[in-house]
Amino acid sequence: MAQHRPRILRAALAVVGAGALVAGAAGCSTPAVTGAAAVPGVGDDVITIGSHQPLTGPAAAGYSSISAATSAYFDYVNDHGGINGRTIEYLVEDDGYNPANTQTVVRKLVQEDEVFAILNGLGTATHTSVLDYLNQQEVPDLFVASGSTNWNQPEEYPWTYGFNADYVVEGAALAQHALDTQPDAVVCLLGQDDDFGDEFIEGAELVLGEGGLAAVERYSVSNQDVAAQIGALQAAGCEINLLATVNGFSALALGTAAKLGWFPQWYASSSGGDYPTLIGYLGEDLGPKLLQGFTSTNYLPMEGDAWVDLFRTINDEYNGGAPFDGNTIYGMSVGYLFAEALAKAGDDPTRQSLVDAVSSGDLVGNGVLPLAFGADSHAAFHGVGITTVDQGVQSYTDSAYVLEGDTVESVELDPVPLEGEGIPTAD
Amino acid sequence: MSTRRFLLTAAGLTVLAIAGTFLLDPYRNYQLAVIAATFCAAAGLTLLIGVSGQLSLGHAALMAAGGYGYALAANALTDAGVDGVPRFLLAFLAALAASGMLGLLLGLAAARLSGPYLAGVTLALVVALPAFAAVFGGVLGGDQGLQIAFDGVPAPLRMLVALEQWQAWVAILVTAVVVTGIAAIRRGGAGLKMRAIAADRTAARLSGVRAGRVQVGAFTASALAAGAGGAILCFVTQSVSPGGYTLAFSLLLVVAVVVGGLGSIGGAAVGSAIVVLLPWLIGTLTGALDLPAEIEQRLAGNLGVFVFGVLLIVVMAARPGGLAAAVPVSWRRRGRRAPASVAPEPEVVDVDALPHHPTATSETER
Repeated sequence: MAQHRPRILRAALAVVGAGALVAGAAGCSTPAVTGAAAVPGVGDDVITIGSHQPLTGPAAAGYSSISAATSAYFDYVNDHGGINGRTIEYLVEDDGYNPANTQTVVRKLVQEDEVFAILNGLGTATHTSVLDYLNQQEVPDLFVASGSTNWNQPEEYPWTYGFNADYVVEGAALAQHALDTQPDAVVCLLGQDDDFGDEFIEGAELVLGEGGLAAVERYSVSNQDVAAQIGALQAAGCEINLLATVNGFSALALGTAAKLGWFPQWYASSSGGDYPTLIGYLGEDLGPKLLQGFTSTNYLPMEGDAWVDLFRTINDEYNGGAPFDGNTIYGMSVGYLFAEALAKAGDDPTRQSLVDAVSSGDLVGNGVLPLAFGADSHAAFHGVGITTVDQGVQSYTDSAYVLEGDTVESVELDPVPLEGEGIPTAD
Repeated sequence: MSTRRFLLTAAGLTVLAIAGTFLLDPYRNYQLAVIAATFCAAAGLTLLIGVSGQLSLGHAALMAAGGYGYALAANALTDAGVDGVPRFLLAFLAALAASGMLGLLLGLAAARLSGPYLAGVTLALVVALPAFAAVFGGVLGGDQGLQIAFDGVPAPLRMLVALEQWQAWVAILVTAVVVTGIAAIRRGGAGLKMRAIAADRTAARLSGVRAGRVQVGAFTASALAAGAGGAILCFVTQSVSPGGYTLAFSLLLVVAVVVGGLGSIGGAAVGSAIVVLLPWLIGTLTGALDLPAEIEQRLAGNLGVFVFGVLLIVVMAARPGGLAAAVPVSWRRRGRRAPASVAPEPEVVDVDALPHHPTATSETER
């Protein structure tokens, strides 16, 4: 009795198989399609770009507002006529800060949604997992939301450009600041167990020398408990703790230390040093007390700047008045920089003309230090300003540092003023 | 089915799958490759659970062992200047060695454990994976995992196939070999012994079956299949990280074989396709519905888990033998005295209720 079924099944399969072979012979093979002249993601009146962001998972609470802010800025631009006559459609895919998911969603964006470019993909580990893929496919991979030095390899990865000041720069600047202000303090470090932590340590040791950090502890994002690491730092008698941590873990480190009755000074990376975000984690009651004197780095406009006033208006109008914090400024700044690159990529942009526009060195952006993009630099910023929190207000101090080769130099901040309505034009 | 016809069927299905890649666009081919990798692991798992009667909740960890084995070997070979096909084959052997070793160790423990204790051990393995990767971060790269060099389309085929299509081919060919091996074990003498142990361990031992040895063998074979799946995923995505092999994924593998039909190779294929495609389908659907951003964000990731749960309940209620049993059950009803409404107890693997395998008796009588 069971003999009938396989025979019927096989007959059916044979028919399907024959059909498949015929279709294959008829020229459905994929390479022929890719040679078409049309530029992926560029329509007559719309440009489609995509991003991978942690909308769920361990990093969501710290960063999910970035892409919402970028979308809001693009909506603002679109309502004012778009860039070179085209509106910008921004597709955001959730990868849960998990490299395995990033692989899948980025392939979906590139192959199924056929985006023009990937913008501001967030995370070191996550984005590293698609770095080879995007460069093989020759998809512009602009303004990665991470300070890894991986993005600044023009020879190996000609299509990838970073956005954050890299972690080596941040680590070096914070260590230099510690050295300049408190030469005798015991400096330690808590870092994520990936390139973020490695490069931050590299930067700090450039300044303090090999072994200049009294203690170095690492944590893993998959484990939401840093009590052991904080205990070890306390036992080592640390006075200044450098933090190569994401926002959630900066808050966790401060909170854990406070529980132990320990209140050292904290010097955090810009990726984990946004005051309003940290208050969100630590609470309105205790947060301000724990964060008094909290030191961090930044390279984007902060409260009191005309850019921030504009972004706040856009946030109210296009982002439903979502809480306004460093992520909002970051997300809109990314949007502005992309719009600027697109404006300079010509009336009929191609993937090549887009990256050429970035490499030209003509982009200005809206940072507090000059952009570093050029033919041989795919990093956005070589320097950072030092910020500190006083009475619940985070603002720039007089200190800013630039990393030139292996030496850290003190510089003056040089903010880019806001012009017009904050919408870039071709000139 | 004679061995010749068995192999011809396997070869036919492989050619069919490869022909199918010409109909698919690159993203679909990528999904096909992922389905093939999942199918490898699911085929091994269905042999383990459905035939030998041992439960593993940690098969994702065995896949990860294969993935890390492949990545470590591929990176070492790249440094040594080896590339192309030799690199792939050697790295693949390393993947099998890594997962096989882990499977052997697990099997040795499994032969002494049963029921919830075995489930517990395998569960612990997959839960420990991220911590293991973090502790040995110097070698395994922590949460970030490992990246390997890229294997492009071989030059003679470059005009014919796209990258994703080529990767799908490799995935299909590897899966074909692995699954044919699993199917051969299942229909051969070893499979018979596994069924005997699953049905009644004591009776099997009285009949001269060395139960411990067979159980260890089943675990090792199943681990090798899972390792091959992990190696394919690593080859396709050029990376391996603990985040790809979570507890949730491990449980989804079990869902795949249960929904497909325990002990059925075809069921494992159906289940793998569902596990890979359903989250994507749900994402596409919710995207098309144009929901408010806040609701969409709430649904992202969660809706899939919910749908899998509902699917599992519905399938178990409507077709206790799994989706692959859909046709055979009605076919069998005619010639059977036993009422068809009697569902197999989940704990006891009822040999007769297993979907469309060549029954043990007819095989030996021949």
